[in-house]
Amino acid sequence: MELILTKNIHKLNSESIDVYLSGGGYRSHEKALKTMTPDQVIEEVKKSGIRGRGGAGFPMGGKWGFVPKDDSRPHYMVCNADESEPGTFKDRIIIEKDPHLLIEGIIIGSYAIRAHLAFIYIRGEYVHGYNILKKAIAETYDKGFLGKNILGTGFNLDLILHRGAGAYICGEETALMDSIEGKRGNPRLKPPFPAQIGIFKNPTNINNVETLANVPAIIEKGGEWYSKIGRANNTGTKLYCLSGHIKRPGVYELPLGIPLRELIYNHGGGMLQDDRKLKAVIPGGSSVPVLTADQVDVLMDFDSLQAAGSMLGSAGIIVMDDSVCMVKATHRITKFYAHESCGQCTPCREGTGWMEKLLRRMEAGRGENGDTELLYDVAQNILGNTICPLGDAAAMPVMSFVEKFREEFEFHISNKRCMV
Amino acid sequence: MSFSPEFERKVGDIIREYPNREAILLPLLYMIQSERGFLSKEDELYAAEKAGVSPAWIRGVVTFYTMFQGKEIGKYLIQVCTTLSCFLRGSDSILEHIKQRLGIDVGGTTPDKKFTLVTVECLGSCGTAPVMQINDDYYEDLDIEKVDEILNSLP
Ligand code: SF4
Repeated sequence: MELILTKNIHKLNSESIDVYLSGGGYRSHEKALKTMTPDQVIEEVKKSGIRGRGGAGFPMGGKWGFVPKDDSRPHYMVCNADESEPGTFKDRIIIEKDPHLLIEGIIIGSYAIRAHLAFIYIRGEYVHGYNILKKAIAETYDKGFLGKNILGTGFNLDLILHRGAGAYICGEETALMDSIEGKRGNPRLKPPFPAQIGIFKNPTNINNVETLANVPAIIEKGGEWYSKIGRANNTGTKLYCLSGHIKRPGVYELPLGIPLRELIYNHGGGMLQDDRKLKAVIPGGSSVPVLTADQVDVLMDFDSLQAAGSMLGSAGIIVMDDSVCMVKATHRITKFYAHESCGQCTPCREGTGWMEKLLRRMEAGRGENGDTELLYDVAQNILGNTICPLGDAAAMPVMSFVEKFREEFEFHISNKRCMV
Repeated sequence: MSFSPEFERKVGDIIREYPNREAILLPLLYMIQSERGFLSKEDELYAAEKAGVSPAWIRGVVTFYTMFQGKEIGKYLIQVCTTLSCFLRGSDSILEHIKQRLGIDVGGTTPDKKFTLVTVECLGSCGTAPVMQINDDYYEDLDIEKVDEILNSLP
C-alpha cells in the first residue's frame, strides 16, 4: 500500500523544509495556486470522498463548500491540532515529523475557501510540536510559500500558530474559536455554523490535522485516485493509534475498512502478555462505545463501526486484556470527562460529576444496590441534552460498559471487590 | 512590576499579528508566565490592560485553562498522565512511587521548591505509555527505575 500521511516520517530530519522539498513537497500547492481555481480545488476534494478525521466524519469537500463564496468579510482557515482524546496520538506524528505536509495542506485549503489568514490551534502540552511548527512556518515564509503574493500568483496568506492552554473541550470547534478569540473555551450552540459565523464573526472553516495532511496527495494525484483507497463512502488511508495491552503500540497508516482483528493481531502483534486474553476494545478514542472481544471482526471505518454500535471517532484503539476491571476502566474514562466539562450545561456539568462519584463509590467497595441502574440512568439523561458533543462523549462509554459488562458492576456492588 | 522594553516590543508584535486585540490574550499570558513562573494579580491586571478586557475576564480565562498557574510552583512541574491508556500500562504505581519519593501528595510542592507534582489528563502519547511531562519535556515508556533515573538527573 502506498503511504500518504507517513511516507516521510522515517527520513532523517523529516521536519525540515529541504527534506520535504526533496521528496516532492510543495508541488501540490503550486499546482493548485497556478493551475486551478478555488472551486476546482473544492471539486477535487469532493471527488476524493474524504471524510473529516477529527471524529465526526463529515465530508471535507462539503464542509469547504459551505464557506460563502461572494462575501466581503474576511475568511479564516483553522487547523485543529488540539489532539486530546484519550487513546489518540496520531496528529502529533504529523506535527512533529512532517509539519510541512500539514502546512502545504493548509495553504491549499485556505486558497480553496478564499482565506488570507489561517490558524493552527495546537494543544498547550505539545511544546515540542509547537517549536517544530514554529520553525517550519518560518521556513515556509522564507521560501515565499506563505506571505504576500505566493509564487507570484497574487494569493496572500498568513499563518498564525496559536497555543491552547490545557482544556480538552477546546478541541470542539466552537470552543476552539472562542479560545482563539482570547476567551474561555465554551462551546457555542449550532447553528449558526462556523462557515457562516466563525472566529471574529467571520466565515471560518476548521479541519483536523490528519484531514488537512491528506490534501497535498489529493491535489497531486487527483480525487479519483484517492477515492479508490479504502471502501465506498469510507475512502483513503487512516492513522490508527494502538495503545493499551498490546505488543506493538503505535500509529499505523492503513486503508479505512481494515478489520480490527488484523490491526490488533497482525500489526499490533497481539496481546501484551501471551497468557492473557482480549477482553474489550475501545475502537475510536475513549468517548465511543466499547466493543467486546467477539466483535473484533468489525471493519475499521465510519459506517461499519456505526453499524456495530460504536464509532470510528479518532481511531484511538485502546486494547484491554482480561486483567482489567471494567468498573475501574469506566471510572478512569468518566473522571476524564468530569474534569473536562466546561460547565455550561447542567446535564453535563452535574451528570459527569455524579457518574464519577458513583463509580468511585463502587470502586471503593461502597456501592449500593441500584447504583448500576442509577449510573445508567444519569448517563441516559445526559445523552442528547447538551450544547456540545462532550455530554454524549461522557455518556456513551458509560452506557456501553454497563450494557456489555453489567455483571461486573453488580459483582462490585454485592461483593465489594473486583471480579478479576 | 514592569517588563523589559524587549518584552514590550514582543507584545507589540503579537498585537499587530492578530486581527483582534482580545485574541492576544492566550499568547500574552504565556509570555508573562514564562517570564515570571506564574501569574500574579498584578500580571493579570497588566494583561487585562494590554488585551483591552476586564480583570474579571482575565480571571475567568486564567482559571479555565489548566496550564496557567495562579500560584508559585516548583522548579520542575511533574505531570503524570493517569488516563486510561497510561493506567492500563501501570501509571498508578508510577504516581505512587513519585509521591513516596518526594514525600508529597498530588498538587503538592516539595519544601525546597524543587518539584511540584500533579496528575494530568491524556498527554497524547498513549502508544508509549506510561508517560509524564516535566516542564516542557515528555518522558515515555516509564518504569520505576526510569523515573528514579530521570528525577536524579534533574539539577
Ligand atoms: S456538553 Fe459539557 S462541555 Fe459541552 S457545552 Fe455543555 S457543559 Fe460544556
